[in-house]
Amino acid sequence: MYEKNISDDRKKYLRKIRKNKIAIILTRLSILIIFIIGWEILANKGIIDDFITSKPSRILNTFLNLSSNGLLMHLGVTLTETLIGFVSGVVLGVFIAILLWWSKFLAKVSEPFLVVLNSLPKVALGPVIIIWVGAGMGAIITMGLAISLIVTILEILNGFLNTDKELIKMAQTFNASRFQILTKIVIPANISTFFNSLKVNIGLSLVGVITGEFLVSKAGLRIFNCIWWSGIPIRSCYDRGYYSSHCSSCNI
Amino acid sequence: MKKVLELKNVSKKYQAKNGEIEALTNISFDVNEGEFVSIIGPSGCGKSTLLSIIAGLEPKTEGEITITGGLGYMLQKDSLLEWRSIYDNVMFGLEIRRKKTKESEEYVIELLKKYGLYEFKDKYPNQLSGGMRQRAALIRTLAINPKILLLDEAFSALDYQTRIMVTNDIFHILKEENITALIVTHDISEAISMSDRIIVLTKRPATIKNIHKIEFEMENRDPLNCRESPKFSKYFDTIWKELDIHV
Repeated sequence: MYEKNISDDRKKYLRKIRKNKIAIILTRLSILIIFIIGWEILANKGIIDDFITSKPSRILNTFLNLSSNGLLMHLGVTLTETLIGFVSGVVLGVFIAILLWWSKFLAKVSEPFLVVLNSLPKVALGPVIIIWVGAGMGAIITMGLAISLIVTILEILNGFLNTDKELIKMAQTFNASRFQILTKIVIPANISTFFNSLKVNIGLSLVGVITGEFLVSKAGLRIFNCIWWSGIPIRSCYDRGYYSSHCSSCNI
Repeated sequence: MKKVLELKNVSKKYQAKNGEIEALTNISFDVNEGEFVSIIGPSGCGKSTLLSIIAGLEPKTEGEITITGGLGYMLQKDSLLEWRSIYDNVMFGLEIRRKKTKESEEYVIELLKKYGLYEFKDKYPNQLSGGMRQRAALIRTLAINPKILLLDEAFSALDYQTRIMVTNDIFHILKEENITALIVTHDISEAISMSDRIIVLTKRPATIKNIHKIEFEMENRDPLNCRESPKFSKYFDTIWKELDIHV
């Protein structure tokens, strides 16, 4: 595997792989650059209405203006909220999944509830959540949690239940206890399920938090929506302190 | 000869939604120390159930089982844990039984050295060949120092050629370690090649149809060379007819 004298064919092969990798990265970058430049040009030429679509240069300007206005603070707030929602979603989700794996009875009992809760449009619960936990950071985090929790439970539980039965039987031939099967077989066998669920969850938590911020926030990244329609609308909502529900459209 | 395993009138019934299923009826046999005994029968007859019952993984409905000495169990697949190194894999049984001591670790290292896996101890299962993996799985079982080894369709996940070689390999290791083996298989020639006796079971509910003593008049008989004996095909014919397989 680590031979020093590699043949020409091998060199060619390795070069081909590297070339391919570089080509992929370059193509990705060019797509992004062409998109942004095209957007700017089309907006400047008036082919698309920049009142509706805005344009890159203006977004950048507003972004810079906003940074002096505490963009970092807003960024931090959203990040904190997302992280809290995310971490608690994952921890709680894994914990509940373990419980349901442990007790088949509990899993059977909770199955219809989980299906209903999962299909429920959590965003629609927003106003109710505000009533329950009050309009504040709590409501935003709850929103993030509500969106990610059930999916986490279902995904992790599914992974747990699909653990290779042969591995479990092998552990049983050594008289492994249920706890040992959990910690030494089921959990390590599902590390990839766990990371997949993390990937999906960080996105979902962010959706939840932004939705939450739309409803109740005084700070946070939803302000970014205003950057989109930079210029007069953003100034007006910013200056007038319309951080709340009025701001969702911004072009007042 | 000393009996290490004794079954008396063992029966097993399963309770299912659509009724009671009788899997095993009145199974009685002994296994002597150092002996290799195969259990063969039509598929679905309850051979594996019998092993699970002997191993205590499933309850029996009736009968008595006497076991002298520790049991080891080998399954169809090697079931090595991909996230553990070979060393951590072979230590798995000891870890589960909380018997990881200095002596047991030394014993495992000795086994690894003896059976050519020591250089691979820090590698991961996917870096090993099928035969090596089976050896590792066997060492994992030997580590808990069993006197009797139950093999449940072991090696049947391997391709034919590898399987013959692995069977031969494991046979020698077990003889070397002086371990008694009870083998469940559906492969007639594998049963003949490995065993001193073959127990033929009937269709479900399984009862014992016949017990054959397998003897080859040869020195140092092993699963490979006994296949060349003319008696091999005779045994094969007899058992084939007894199994009465129809499609």
